[in-house]
Amino acid sequence: MSARIQTWMWAAQRLSAIVLAIAVLVHLGTIIYAVQGGLSGTEIVARVAGNGSWLAFYVVFVAAVAIHAPIGLRAVLIEMTPLPARAVDVVVTVALVSIAWTGWSAAFGLYGLGVS
Amino acid sequence: MAALITPPRNHPTYWAFMVHRLSGVLLALFLPVHFQTLSTAISDAAAFNAFLDWSQAPMVKVAEAVLVILLAAHLTGGLRLLAIEFLPWRDWQKNLVATAAALSLAVGLIFLVNGM
Amino acid sequence: MEKTLDVSIWRGKDDGAYVSYAVPVRESQTILDVVTYVQRRLDATLAYRFACRVGMCGSCAMTVNGRPRWTCRTHASRVVEDGRLRIGPLDNLPRIKDLAVDMAPFFDKWAAAGGQFQGDTTRTDDFANVQPDSTQRQHAEKGIECIGCGVCYAACDVVRWKPDYLGPAALNRAWTLHNDERDTGKDERLRAVAGDAGCHACHSHQSCTEHCPKHLNPTEGIAGLKRATLLAALKGRL
Repeated sequence: MSARIQTWMWAAQRLSAIVLAIAVLVHLGTIIYAVQGGLSGTEIVARVAGNGSWLAFYVVFVAAVAIHAPIGLRAVLIEMTPLPARAVDVVVTVALVSIAWTGWSAAFGLYGLGVS
Repeated sequence: MAALITPPRNHPTYWAFMVHRLSGVLLALFLPVHFQTLSTAISDAAAFNAFLDWSQAPMVKVAEAVLVILLAAHLTGGLRLLAIEFLPWRDWQKNLVATAAALSLAVGLIFLVNGM
Repeated sequence: MEKTLDVSIWRGKDDGAYVSYAVPVRESQTILDVVTYVQRRLDATLAYRFACRVGMCGSCAMTVNGRPRWTCRTHASRVVEDGRLRIGPLDNLPRIKDLAVDMAPFFDKWAAAGGQFQGDTTRTDDFANVQPDSTQRQHAEKGIECIGCGVCYAACDVVRWKPDYLGPAALNRAWTLHNDERDTGKDERLRAVAGDAGCHACHSHQSCTEHCPKHLNPTEGIAGLKRATLLAALKGRL
C-alpha cells in the first residue's frame, strides 16, 4: 500500500470523523429524547418507517461508520497485534463490508416497514 | 499492564489517547450487536419487544449509559484531535482534554437520568 | 557515615540485568555525575556516553527512573525516589553495551525523512531574503534547535509499536525544511514522510513534546506535515 493511498485513508478517516461528529450528536440527541418515558419498538418504527429524511440520514451515518471504524481498527491491529499487514487488510475490508451491509439493511428495513 | 501507565506515559495527552483507542475498539465491538438488534426490530416485533423489556433492567440501563459515555468520550476526544491536526496549535490543549472528559461524563449522566 | 544513593544501572546488552551501586550523595550532583562516579570509582567496565556535560550535545541521554532524559542536566535530587535511582539505556534503539545504544537507526530515519536541505543557488547568487516574522519562518524556527539527542524517539510509543516509523525527530526536521522557503526538495520530502511509516502514524500522544529537553513540539510539526501531505495529494503532487 503506497504512501499516497495511506494519505487518502487518513483523509477519509478524518472526513468521516467530521460527518460522524454531526451524525452522532443528532443520534444521541434523538436517543435521549426518545428514551424519555421508556423506549418501545412501535415508537422507533413510527419515527423511521416510510420517512425519507431519516433514511437518508441513516444511509449517510452508516457509510461514515463503515469508513471510519475499519480504518481506526486497522491502526490498532497493526500496532498492537502480531498480525501481518496482509491479514490486517483482509480483516479491515471484511469489517467495512459487513458494517455497510448490516447497517444499510437495518436502515432500509426500518424504512420499508412504513411503505406498502 | 503497568507498562501502560508508567513513565514516560504518565501524562494527560497519553491518557486521552488510551481512552480514545479503548472507546473506539469497544464501540466497534458493540456495532454488530446494535445492528443485529435493529434487524430483529424489523423482522420479529415480538422478539424485539421482549428485548426492550429486558433492556429495562437496571444493569442494562447502566451499561447503556456506559456506552453513551464511551461514544461521547470518543467524539470529544476526536474533536480534540481534529483541532490538533487542522487548526493552528494552541498550548492550552491540555484543558481541552479535561473539557472533553467532563462533557462525555455529563452526556452519559443525562442519558442515565433521562432513562429512569 | 555519608549518605549514599542506591543506584541500579543496566549492565549488559539485551539479556543483562540491573546491578546495584552505592554512590555518595553530593550537592548539586547530576545523574551524569552519578554514572561517572560508578565508572571511575566502582566499576571501570561500565560503558556510557557523554561529551559536553553542559546540555549542548545530546550525547548523554539515558532512561532515568523510567523517563528519557539528558543526564548532565538532571539533578539527582530532583528525580531520586526513596533514595533510589534506576538508570538504563534509551528505549527503542539497539543496545551496544550497558548505557550505550546504537544511534544509527535514529539518524538513518532522519535521512530517510528527507532531512537534508536541498538548494538551487550558488555562491555567486544573492542571499535569500527571508522574513523572520513570516508564518513559515516561525514554524521553522520552532523546530531547528533540535540536537538529535534521541529523547523524543525513546519516549515515543509509535516508534515502539512500529519499527519502521520515522519518529518525532526525523519528522520535526522534515517539517523545518518544509518551511524553509529556500529549499527545493519539498515534493520529494512530502512523499518520504507520508504514510504508515511517516506522519500519518502519529497519534498525538505528545510524549515527544512532554520529554523534549529543548521544549520543541514535534507533534505540532507532524500535524503540519499531515496537512501538507493532504494538500500535496489534492494537487496530485504526492
